[in-house]
Amino acid sequence: MTVLTPSPSGLTHSACALSHLDALESEAVHIFREVAGEFENPVILFSGGKDSIVMLHLALKAFTPAPVPFALLHVDTGHNFPEVLDFRDRTVEQHGLRLHVASVQDYIDRGVLKERPDGTRNPLQTLPLTEKIQAERFDAVFGGGRRDEEKARAKERVFSLRDEFSQWDPRRQRPELWNLYNGRHAPGEHVRVFPLSNWTELDVWQYIAREGIELPSIYFAHEREVFRRGGMWLTAGEWGGPKDGETVEKRLVRYRTVGDMSCTGAVDSDADTVEKVIAEIAASRLTERGATRADDKLSEAAMEDRKREGYF
Amino acid sequence: MTALETRVATTTADTLRLATAGSVDDGKSTLVGRLLHDSKSVLADQLESVTRHGTPDLALLTDGLRAEREQGITIDVAYRYFATPRRRFILADTPGHVQYTRNMVTGASTAELTVILVDARNGVVEQTRRHAAIAALLRVPHVVLAVNKMDLVGYAESVFAAIAEEFTAYATELGVPEVTAIPISALEGDNVVEPSAHMDWYGGPTVLEHLETVPVAHDLAHCQARLPVQYVIRPQSAEHPDYRGYAGQIAAGAFRVGESVTVLPSGRATRIAGIDLLGRSVDVAWTPQSVTLLLEDDIDISRGDLIVPSKDAPPTTQDIEATVCHVADEPLRVGHRVLLKHGTRTVKAIVKDIPSRLTLDDLSPHPHPGQLAANDIGRVKIRTAEPLPVDSYADSRRTGSFLLIDPADGTTLTAGMVGASCTAPEPVRNETTDDGWDL
Repeated sequence: MTVLTPSPSGLTHSACALSHLDALESEAVHIFREVAGEFENPVILFSGGKDSIVMLHLALKAFTPAPVPFALLHVDTGHNFPEVLDFRDRTVEQHGLRLHVASVQDYIDRGVLKERPDGTRNPLQTLPLTEKIQAERFDAVFGGGRRDEEKARAKERVFSLRDEFSQWDPRRQRPELWNLYNGRHAPGEHVRVFPLSNWTELDVWQYIAREGIELPSIYFAHEREVFRRGGMWLTAGEWGGPKDGETVEKRLVRYRTVGDMSCTGAVDSDADTVEKVIAEIAASRLTERGATRADDKLSEAAMEDRKREGYF
Repeated sequence: MTALETRVATTTADTLRLATAGSVDDGKSTLVGRLLHDSKSVLADQLESVTRHGTPDLALLTDGLRAEREQGITIDVAYRYFATPRRRFILADTPGHVQYTRNMVTGASTAELTVILVDARNGVVEQTRRHAAIAALLRVPHVVLAVNKMDLVGYAESVFAAIAEEFTAYATELGVPEVTAIPISALEGDNVVEPSAHMDWYGGPTVLEHLETVPVAHDLAHCQARLPVQYVIRPQSAEHPDYRGYAGQIAAGAFRVGESVTVLPSGRATRIAGIDLLGRSVDVAWTPQSVTLLLEDDIDISRGDLIVPSKDAPPTTQDIEATVCHVADEPLRVGHRVLLKHGTRTVKAIVKDIPSRLTLDDLSPHPHPGQLAANDIGRVKIRTAEPLPVDSYADSRRTGSFLLIDPADGTTLTAGMVGASCTAPEPVRNETTDDGWDL
């Protein structure tokens, strides 16, 4: 946990620095405004998860008292938590935003994508996302990815150029110097932009607490019917669980991340307020992805591989 | 300054951006892994993923790409985050080999402190001198020399003292303002987080203690205020029919309500009528806050303009002399037509001359190289299509820096630092060339 320390030379030299949350907020706002100034048709990826909610909050602050000059895009896996979809729709309504939806279920129904044997739909999101970006001609796509999440993400730029197939090539990234972001791209290419690059999970929660940001209820402790699979508590439901041999039990849990129900695990928790969540994270010995994401456990380079293909 | 001083009393320095330079052989990844591990920033699942045969390989914590793990080297800048009760850290972990100079420059561009590693058995080598030169060029305010592998030289004070003396003399000559030398063993943990039990003769701080206490506050009194305009906020709504705000992140110094300001390059003057700090009205704002300025007069201002105090307006120029690091694979040549991005403004430009390329060992010049290849550092003269209000990089890292961009495919070609000379304010070498510039 970070606490404030007095600056010894502060008063005599009229020097000052921002608290770490103020510095992160200012940096993210700068990134949003750069994109608004340089791109024609940006969109914010909005899953209803905490990182995308914080992104939207920052975008609202960046352009106040004018409205946010970006639309939202949600990739709907068809296995989303109902609480999160409800939150998404209320948010769109409240701020008068435009919402685009790319539906994985549509692709499965049309036979373009096939359900995987393990039932997880996270890897299936890349194609609908890419085709929606192409169809709507989005030239900047804001993602809530953070460098602290995962080691391939630690190498990601704030402005990350993608080709027409949305592919990421980590060996051909543009060097990013000072705060001079280069957003130039050819027609058909787009730039993924990560305003939360320098935030940690704890920063996000501290900011949520400071700003009083509302979140979907599943982030806080609640009773839920879950079953054990791959070392994680998955929610029971129509999406495909439990199978034979897996038993459902009722537990007090909360979610640290919000993704597809098929691969997002709940953690045992009695943290029912933002303050208790912050205390829990500060004491946690597991990373949020390690604790809750089956999709990252596929291989050592699972995230790098998905990112290369155009994933978030 | 009263209002500002009141705010200062309640805001404090608590984030340090630092960069590490050194190759795998110097134990850089081990040092970074040790800092993360010993500050309890590595969690159980991360530690498990780098544990082979029961022992965690701390170097693997920082090598994120498949190619890096396969080759056992760091290729790209990786960013790491850790915190102690005293401060929060953003660490740019950069590769050390000469072919990755551009990545070192990238990491150093936003760093307030650089940790340069040397192997105690080898002392100051060519690579060390290159790292010192880059820290000097990028004007990183604090440099730490970590003399690593002290366990392999019997923790001998004389070995450390000789290396520290040689490096400090060299770095000072290049214009590095401050060097702190620390004897460590990253592998054993000596003087990284905990004080060493093997080096009673060393009375200074551990690496982490130094990182926690080095001052990072911006000295506003000596900075001229600069606001590059990013975006004009005009709601044109029933509630705010006449609101017209100029949004940007303050690049240097502080602005106050009532202050006379000039807009560049037009040169029109007005006063600050109000400052919005993300929805809250304030009397004063300073770097690096993102703000929206409201001005008394309705004058034509758009993205790319620079708002400055009328008393401290920089001159505008179409002829820029700079030290650059070429970061693209294709070389930069005289006559190259490029785009130049300075602050929020992008203009057409042409490379008029490349007077010299610098030897990274000691920043000595090689005259008229004809071109700069990837990772080369050199001097360039550029002519821009429009006048730009540039500061010297020595005065302002934010408004004294620029990018050159390929207009055809958007590639970032070159990172530039404006200024007549590239390092120390005074000449420190006698080998001045006929080109008329000094080191």
